Amino acid sequence: MKKREEVRTLPEDGLERLIGLVRSRGYCLVGPTLRDGAIVYDEISAVSDLPAGWTDEQEAGRYRVKAREDAAAFGYNLGPHSWKRFLYPPRTQLWQTTPTGEATLQPVGAAARAVQELDFIGGSTTPDRPFAFLGVRACELSAVAIQDRVLMGGAFPDPHYQSRRESALFIAVNCSQAAATCFCVSMGTGPEVTGGFDIVLTELLEDGSPAYLARAGSAAGESLLAQLEHGPASPAELDRSRVQLDQTAGSMRRELAADEVRGLLAANLEHPRWDDVASRCLACTNCTMVCPTCFCSTVEDHTSLDGTATRTRSWDSCFSLDFSYVHGGSVRASTRARYRQWLTHKLSTWHDQFDSSGCVGCGRCIAWCPVGIDLTEEVRAIASEPGDRQETTS
Amino acid sequence: MGGRDRRPKLAVWKFASCDGCQLTLLDCEDELLALGDAVRIAHFPEATRGRLRGPYDLSLVEGSITTKKDVARIAQIRRQSRRLVTIGACATAGGIQALRNFAGQPGLAGQVYPEPAYLDALATSTPIAEHVPVDFELRGCPIDKRQLLEVITAFLAGRRPQVPAYSVCVECKLAGQVCVMVAHGTPCLGPVTQAGCGALCPRFDRGCYGCFGPMETPNTASLASPLAACGLDRGAIVRLYRSFNAAAPAFRDESFRNERD
Ligand code: SF4
Ligand code: SF4
Ligand code: SF4
Repeated sequence: MKKREEVRTLPEDGLERLIGLVRSRGYCLVGPTLRDGAIVYDEISAVSDLPAGWTDEQEAGRYRVKAREDAAAFGYNLGPHSWKRFLYPPRTQLWQTTPTGEATLQPVGAAARAVQELDFIGGSTTPDRPFAFLGVRACELSAVAIQDRVLMGGAFPDPHYQSRRESALFIAVNCSQAAATCFCVSMGTGPEVTGGFDIVLTELLEDGSPAYLARAGSAAGESLLAQLEHGPASPAELDRSRVQLDQTAGSMRRELAADEVRGLLAANLEHPRWDDVASRCLACTNCTMVCPTCFCSTVEDHTSLDGTATRTRSWDSCFSLDFSYVHGGSVRASTRARYRQWLTHKLSTWHDQFDSSGCVGCGRCIAWCPVGIDLTEEVRAIASEPGDRQETTS
Repeated sequence: MGGRDRRPKLAVWKFASCDGCQLTLLDCEDELLALGDAVRIAHFPEATRGRLRGPYDLSLVEGSITTKKDVARIAQIRRQSRRLVTIGACATAGGIQALRNFAGQPGLAGQVYPEPAYLDALATSTPIAEHVPVDFELRGCPIDKRQLLEVITAFLAGRRPQVPAYSVCVECKLAGQVCVMVAHGTPCLGPVTQAGCGALCPRFDRGCYGCFGPMETPNTASLASPLAACGLDRGAIVRLYRSFNAAAPAFRDESFRNERD
């Protein structure tokens, strides 16, 4: 077995030392931390920043943190944040212009127009420090792979995303439990971390205290692990980590028929269920904002009193009216059209466009929807009584 | 500048209101000097006694219409204004004083004034747009300073102001804020309220009070279930909608619905 693939046991202070090592190599280390009644992602500097002894309970439209009976640092599932916050920030300045000197009048045809020389400043594409992400779950790595295809896969890669993405380090962790909103098993994205990581950890509890197994997935990960003294994992430890993953997978309560849904939705664009969900949907955009694969944005120009003009990109959503605005009005004026756009893109036309589903089964859109709309339930409702109604409306 | 002053003339007008929105203009401390360079302050009693005659290039109108005199005065201001922008919940929805629209003004006036007979007021408080054409409505109680500067700079550059009509939830999520309704069980009007404040209340662990009025497609009927799950009874929901934007049609209708059903 190559060294890199070997599963090792970290020493007792291994996680603390790993955190120190990553930071000493110049990374901005981002990981889970307890804040405002949720486990969010933010810059961390020590094990004490992690949400040790906390877990999350999730249901449709409901999220609560709860104390655990043990000291597990990764004994929660997913919060409202995803890594897209860092790789594809909510707001990015694309460029700015500032006027230089006085405006001059120059002839344009028969008239005259004020012409101004401008200084052009491109927005910075690189973060100050590269990111290292700690506690990344299997479904989240799949989500990053999806955004890679969307944002860097074509002829014109997004330079802002690309520079953040290519310099990032991923320290993943295998899930030791599933939230009630998780359905990664049916999407084929988890709970076991299988690729796209630099290091993957497994957290095992010994008398309520965490111990870690680690495996490198890249040269960068290997060079970090090489600096921590450690031995190979014992057969008993490997067994326990396998059992833990099997239990996680077996406890998953939600599912989505990933193979059938693509055709099902395409064949049911006029199903009455779209009206039903539209009566509940607030068009508030929360589902798209928390989704780790949603990438839609808007580009805005602002001018200021000193003559500076700024072009900014911000997250937008297919649930806003302006998002589908073309001259004369919005193409998707009804909430029905907008919810249908979201779900059919995510689960059906995403395949046509990017060769995969747009959903990784993380369940965030279920938990963070204020009215608890659950895409797995919407799909089930359509599947249980397929068939478009006769008249076609938009 | 030299020669004729070509700067556009800015006028600020007040109707029934608390002055908070026009004071937002004076709150633009860092930008105030640049603003003074870019426009001529032609009428702004909160800031200066100096007055320039009309016509005005941009009129900012605060407050709601509550008297017969108001009706005549707003028509005259409109005639003198090339662009007229209403600012704040009073000017765009009738304000908190539109509660009289629900209670009947004589009843309310009797509770406040010893001699209500001396009052000469209309029975309702109404937004400016019900009386004259309005070029742009800037929401909020009070308005947001950033958005006010956006509207003024957009006007100066001849571009469309970037003032989104989507929900407060968008700003909440852009800010990375944890949803107070989903994670804490705190009632929040964010999903039906227009963005603009930067999700100020959720950022301080409180639910949104709806200061910026209804968002573009408010589904207030559906929001009733999470509000009830957060512990609000029908009466509390009525009171939640009956505040600064009580008379905005979507909020007004939802308060009636909760009163009726
Ligand atoms: S659609 Fe929902 S469950 Fe699927 S990846 Fe997005 S947030 Fe997660
Ligand atoms: S599905 Fe839920 S979260 Fe998404 S827009 Fe509708 S109400 Fe908001
Ligand atoms: S706290 Fe309120 S505004 Fe923010 S996401 Fe939740 S419901 Fe929307």
